[in-house]
Amino acid sequence: MLAGAPDAVLVFGEFPFESQYVTSIIQVSLYVSLAAVALSTLVSIPTALLVGFTDFPGKRLVTAVINTGMGFPSVVVGLLVLFAVSNQGPLGEFGLVFTKEAMIMSQIVLATPPITGISLAAVTGVDDSVRDAARALGGTRLDVALVVVKEARYGIATAILAGFGRAISEVGSVLIVGGNIAGADGVSKTRTLTTAIQLEARQGSYDTAMVLGALLLVLVLTVNAVVVRLGDGGTLR
Amino acid sequence: MAIQRRRFLAALGGGATAALAGCTAFGQDESGPEVAGETLTLTTTTSTYDTGLLDELNAPFQDMYGVTVDAVAQGTGQALETARAGDSDVVMVHARSLEDEFMQEGYGVNRRDLMFNDFVIVGPEGDPAGIEGTESATEAFATIADAGETFVSRGDNSGTHTKELAIWEAAGVEPGGDWYQETGQGMGEVLNIANQQGGYTLSDRGTYLSQRAESDLVILVQGPIEGGPELLANPYGIMAVNPAVHDNVNYDLAMAYIGYITSPEGQRRIEEYTANGEQLFFPEALSEDPDFQQYVPEGWSADDEG
Repeated sequence: MLAGAPDAVLVFGEFPFESQYVTSIIQVSLYVSLAAVALSTLVSIPTALLVGFTDFPGKRLVTAVINTGMGFPSVVVGLLVLFAVSNQGPLGEFGLVFTKEAMIMSQIVLATPPITGISLAAVTGVDDSVRDAARALGGTRLDVALVVVKEARYGIATAILAGFGRAISEVGSVLIVGGNIAGADGVSKTRTLTTAIQLEARQGSYDTAMVLGALLLVLVLTVNAVVVRLGDGGTLR
Repeated sequence: MAIQRRRFLAALGGGATAALAGCTAFGQDESGPEVAGETLTLTTTTSTYDTGLLDELNAPFQDMYGVTVDAVAQGTGQALETARAGDSDVVMVHARSLEDEFMQEGYGVNRRDLMFNDFVIVGPEGDPAGIEGTESATEAFATIADAGETFVSRGDNSGTHTKELAIWEAAGVEPGGDWYQETGQGMGEVLNIANQQGGYTLSDRGTYLSQRAESDLVILVQGPIEGGPELLANPYGIMAVNPAVHDNVNYDLAMAYIGYITSPEGQRRIEEYTANGEQLFFPEALSEDPDFQQYVPEGWSADDEG
């Protein structure tokens, strides 16, 4: 006990968790969200380029679907993924219920629409002359795409951050498909910062929940800072 | 606070995890069944989880067999539903009527009485409805309803909610209206809400006691542990998911778990577990005489077939 110490010191002096518990929760949060965002990005950016630069019947419909997806209720996604991965569901044989993989699946569904939608806005915002120039210089379709992505990198970084923000702050769906499991030895299996906060609040341990909440904020800010930094890296330094 | 158990368990588990890491890889547990390295999925009610009892029971079991227990805390209704879908191997709940239904439908096997605690009616210290000293749970409920004082209900098909509805029914009151609030949340959250709103609620004693430090609610009607009415008894049962219905379930490990938790050691751990200096659960599996009723759903007879 740090008797007489200022409150701020007291909070950290009596850090209310075993570090193993907290680090494993942070690891699960980051692993699930980053894996989902990475996979979503692989799908989203090509989709955004394709939709942005080709004309096809139903293009407006596709755009509308993407934009609608941004607001898709996460607990519904969780429920649908649960039905899919449950032992009774079409993916039942893979035993995915209450695993990180199931959580990643639901996060992908949640993160893909915002990443696609915002990337789409970013790439369509790139001046046509950039594409024309790239093409005129004899660039292949891939070269043109890379030039466009480079031009739109700030918008794309924003898109990825929006997707990450949606994934890491998600409670409902990860609770349904993940089960909020931590071992008796204090190691998280499918417990994330958000579901841990929910658990602590349920137990009335609001101060503990607050500490976890602060950690979550720090985590989000750190990831954002890293992404912004990477976005700058190409030209500004 | 809930935190101390983590600290304790991490100290306990730290060495064990290291030992386990070697153990599971080679399956060295010579005496035990061939379950080392496997994972048991247990669905259970929030009360066993939030009180910290589950961690207390699971850590030694995991060490003993070199296995992992994935405990998913849900309400009794949801826990049974997860088991029905074959998404868990063993289910530990507290609503005999729902357990019997689960058994009768063939989803569960080998039900064992595990432990009990009781329900208490809690409310604000001022007791605006004036139920303190009431000997009967139904009378207390009727008084709260008459007074129109806030009552916070779980409303989530949990074991506690099932019990609450049974008491309303016995009291001849159809709960509803402004004073009756269904939250659809866990016991801890409901206690928080009742505390914030100065309302009454029905709580299992364990969750109430483990959370008492953060709350101004007081016990106004005691359960049978403190001499209150038998209607407020809260028995817990444990069942394996029937491997004949879901061949993916880990039946061997489920039975090992049921065996452990109903063994003298498991029962001793239940008995010795305290929160805020008070015993939360009372072991019930060890008995002088065989209680066959625990395996048989109520009203089970040849007529019920098909």
